[in-house]
Amino acid sequence: MGSLLENVFCKVGGKKPSKRTTGKLHNEFQPVRQSKIFFYKSILWMNQGLERHMSQIRNFSIIAHIDHGKSTLADRFIQYAGLVNERQFRDQILDSMDLERERGITIKSHTITLPYTDEAGESYALNLIDTPGHVDFSYEVSRALASCEGVLLLVDASQGVQAQTLSNLFMAMEHDLNIIPVINKIDLPSADVQMVKDQLDSELGLDPDTAILCSAKEGTGIVEILQAIVKQIPGPAENAESPLKALIFDARYDPFRGVIVSCRLFDGRVKPGDVIRFMSHGRTYRVEEVGLFRLTREPAKNLSAGEVGYIIAGVKTVSDTRIGDTITLDSNPAFEALPGFKEVRPVVFSSLYPISSEDYESLVVALEKYKLNDAALVYQKDSSAALGQGFRCGFLGLLHLEIVQERLEREYDQSFIMTVPSVQYQFTLSGDRVLTVDNPQYYPDPTTIVTSAEPFIRATIFTPERHLGAVMKLCMERRGVNARFNSPAPGRLEVIYDMPLAEVIVDFHDKLKSITQGYGSFDYELAGYREGNLVKLDFLVNGEKVDALSLIVHADRARQWAVQVCDRLKEEIPRHQFKIAIQGAIGGKIIARSTLSSFRKDVTAKCYGGDITRKRKLLEKQKKGKKRMKMVGSVQIPQGAFVAVLKADYE
Amino acid sequence: MNNSGLYVHIPFCRSRCTYCDFYSQTDLSLAPEWLAAMKVEASLYKDRFAPFDSLYLGGGTPTALTKCRLKKLVHTLYREFCFKEDLEFTVEANPDDLSQDYVALLKDLGVNRVSVGVQSLDDNELSFIRRRHNASQAEKAFERLRKTGFQTLSVDLIYALPGQTLNTWLKTLHRAVRLHPEHLSCYQLTLEKHSPLGIMATRGKIKKAGIEEERRFFLATSSFLEEEGYLHYEVSNFALHGQLCRHNLKYWEGSPYLGLGPAAHSFDGTARWWNTRSIKRYLRRLSEGGSPRAGKETLSPEARYMEHLLLGFRTRLGVEIDRIKHAPELEAILERLQKSGLAIIRKGRVIPTTEGFLHADGLPLLFL
Repeated sequence: MGSLLENVFCKVGGKKPSKRTTGKLHNEFQPVRQSKIFFYKSILWMNQGLERHMSQIRNFSIIAHIDHGKSTLADRFIQYAGLVNERQFRDQILDSMDLERERGITIKSHTITLPYTDEAGESYALNLIDTPGHVDFSYEVSRALASCEGVLLLVDASQGVQAQTLSNLFMAMEHDLNIIPVINKIDLPSADVQMVKDQLDSELGLDPDTAILCSAKEGTGIVEILQAIVKQIPGPAENAESPLKALIFDARYDPFRGVIVSCRLFDGRVKPGDVIRFMSHGRTYRVEEVGLFRLTREPAKNLSAGEVGYIIAGVKTVSDTRIGDTITLDSNPAFEALPGFKEVRPVVFSSLYPISSEDYESLVVALEKYKLNDAALVYQKDSSAALGQGFRCGFLGLLHLEIVQERLEREYDQSFIMTVPSVQYQFTLSGDRVLTVDNPQYYPDPTTIVTSAEPFIRATIFTPERHLGAVMKLCMERRGVNARFNSPAPGRLEVIYDMPLAEVIVDFHDKLKSITQGYGSFDYELAGYREGNLVKLDFLVNGEKVDALSLIVHADRARQWAVQVCDRLKEEIPRHQFKIAIQGAIGGKIIARSTLSSFRKDVTAKCYGGDITRKRKLLEKQKKGKKRMKMVGSVQIPQGAFVAVLKADYE
Repeated sequence: MNNSGLYVHIPFCRSRCTYCDFYSQTDLSLAPEWLAAMKVEASLYKDRFAPFDSLYLGGGTPTALTKCRLKKLVHTLYREFCFKEDLEFTVEANPDDLSQDYVALLKDLGVNRVSVGVQSLDDNELSFIRRRHNASQAEKAFERLRKTGFQTLSVDLIYALPGQTLNTWLKTLHRAVRLHPEHLSCYQLTLEKHSPLGIMATRGKIKKAGIEEERRFFLATSSFLEEEGYLHYEVSNFALHGQLCRHNLKYWEGSPYLGLGPAAHSFDGTARWWNTRSIKRYLRRLSEGGSPRAGKETLSPEARYMEHLLLGFRTRLGVEIDRIKHAPELEAILERLQKSGLAIIRKGRVIPTTEGFLHADGLPLLFL
């Protein structure tokens, strides 16, 4: 057995890693090759009497641009591993939330251990650490990658390399991971494998000959990928005798067990009864259970260096576990934490108000429960003259905001209004006071403002050359500056702009997709604050200021926003029995206006015996619809209007 | 408790008019069986309702029944139920059925109100909607009723027909008013999905009147008839002083009524129920000793409140302010309704104006 494994490792060592990562990988995994094969505590593996063995573990992730088929490939692995039979199989097993399946994106990462036996009869445990597929969650992705030794870089055979492919690749390279390129969807009529191979070579600097061709949908190439994982990705280093160091890459809340911490052990081991310490805040917990991820959790006697698994230790909320934190033993702590830990900070803010003030208490409870499972959401009490008592919430990005909104509605049955999203602005006031404002309501007295500043991002856009004009126009409309261009391949451009975050949080991505006919892709990173003349834009409906609609915008864009929002409100607010004026104003000065005309006729001719029940049923339905509206003065404003106002075209 | 009304649905017509989707059938051969079944159904409700002070034979076309059958029907009703002395007894009639004999029979049977299905007094329009009579036949039938001694007559009209102009409609109204009816029902055409006109509209063969046009028709009708001395007392109904239709008011005021026949609806003050629409099923159920009921619901206080609002805003009676649920914005809403001319407040009631009638379906929602 030993010789076979050594044989495998020789192959790993002898394999030429991808161009860009040459060298680093060799050094990193030197100890793996040199160390004697370490036999792990004898635990039943798959109930077949096989021993779980360090060198038989492979920790890997799949990284890809959105829609390139990550979840489908993961499902295929699960099927191949025989963890589910045909009858139980449903698409995107790992995307367990309805929302994830509907949107086709992974919101919460999932981890699963796949049993695999190679052609020589060797058994392996392949830990697939699934990652969320959106830029809002890039920090979570980075922690998942930090828990791996290798990744599958999945590229769609017809779409080729996209913005996220590149940012994911860079992230994987930062973690010195072994990268296996996989070209997916080769079954599509529009697939162009040679084009993608050329891109792998020219744009990513990967060896195109190492790319594996597959169709996750049809199940081709799966065995080759599994073989490559075993052969090309090194097994984890073994430092089971050092003090415990486990990296938290995910946490979820279970109402019966408390928080289930997903972690990768780098050093040491942990077992039930141990007292563990979270190194970021120093709190300690007694371990109740450790185990591995199969389709369900599978308890184990202990976890040891190199392994990926879970720890249950009576932690009450996921907010107590911080992604990227290091777990160690209280009795024998590690000298220093694993690198890369960051406090996650929200960048997009919006307020939540119950539609009916009676529902406030139930919203409080729902938010508390929701927060148990989503450490990234922050919130505090807030109140509005128009909408009453509510909460100001901070999100990682707009997708995160939409997820929270939909889950609170669906899973917690809440009806609420969400206000227009905002970023965090900085105002320097006379007397050198600096004020941070994420809520337009707290926009300072304009006479006291010395300077104002807003957060910028560095946006990276991939686009076919023919759409460059449209992309530049869009970026400039959104106040993009300092354009840079790279031409990684003939006909394709990488466009980099510095842009205000506020200009991309709402509909930038959709817009980009539409002007590039779906070929453009987008990724960004935060890039500090820049000065700008920021004003507060208010909206009046029927003469009444609706504070929840107020925006902080750049003065150059104020008129454009005002017109757009007025027009959009006109579409969103249903006709009433009377005329409604909608106005946009800065400091009392009206700069835009639209008028919603009244209903002209709303009556049916007949109402006798049989019509009454029918009419009442209709009224009941309308009443339900009205419940989802907010009365401002005598005007009903639909729930969605508050966010929808920014989703409009203004061309 | 208010007095109750009795409605009998006569599910037969000689031919179908193109605007109609009421339940009726043109095969009159089922009439004897239907008559027998109705008698059985009537016996199910014996003594369940207080004496009726209104009786309404509608349809369908009640006058499509032969004199003999109509007589039998009325005698059955008189035998099975108790009626008040001052009974309002309405029969819906088609002008082409109103021969002198038939009119005399109606009088003999105790009918004291006839609602004549005139629909239009323009021959082109009448043939477009497939009525079996022309304008002068309708006028003659009306005169026949008068001469026979009927003191309360109503005219049914329909407007905003495809191709109709405000001018031709006002001509019809003029001619109708010259007949001096005590009551008029003027219905704006509703394109019922399953009616022949509705199907034609879906297929784009005819064009529905626009909203602004419908408003013009509605407002012109109201002001013309009010000037002629009629009270616009419900969205589609007009009457001279003291000539409001007692039976129909029961629907709008929430009084009890019993409906017999296929597709008929009933209300006993707390529950609503309705019969199967199919005449065959109606006959079968009753012959098997069962009930022809297709459904029933007991009204919750909330449902009754909703009905009160939706019916109240359709009549000049309006809605009592004290019955409106208190909401913080109530004052603002009432003020706005008055300001925008949709309602007036009089004697503690919110009363819709003519403009308010045009929004009758939207007003209840303001108070929910």
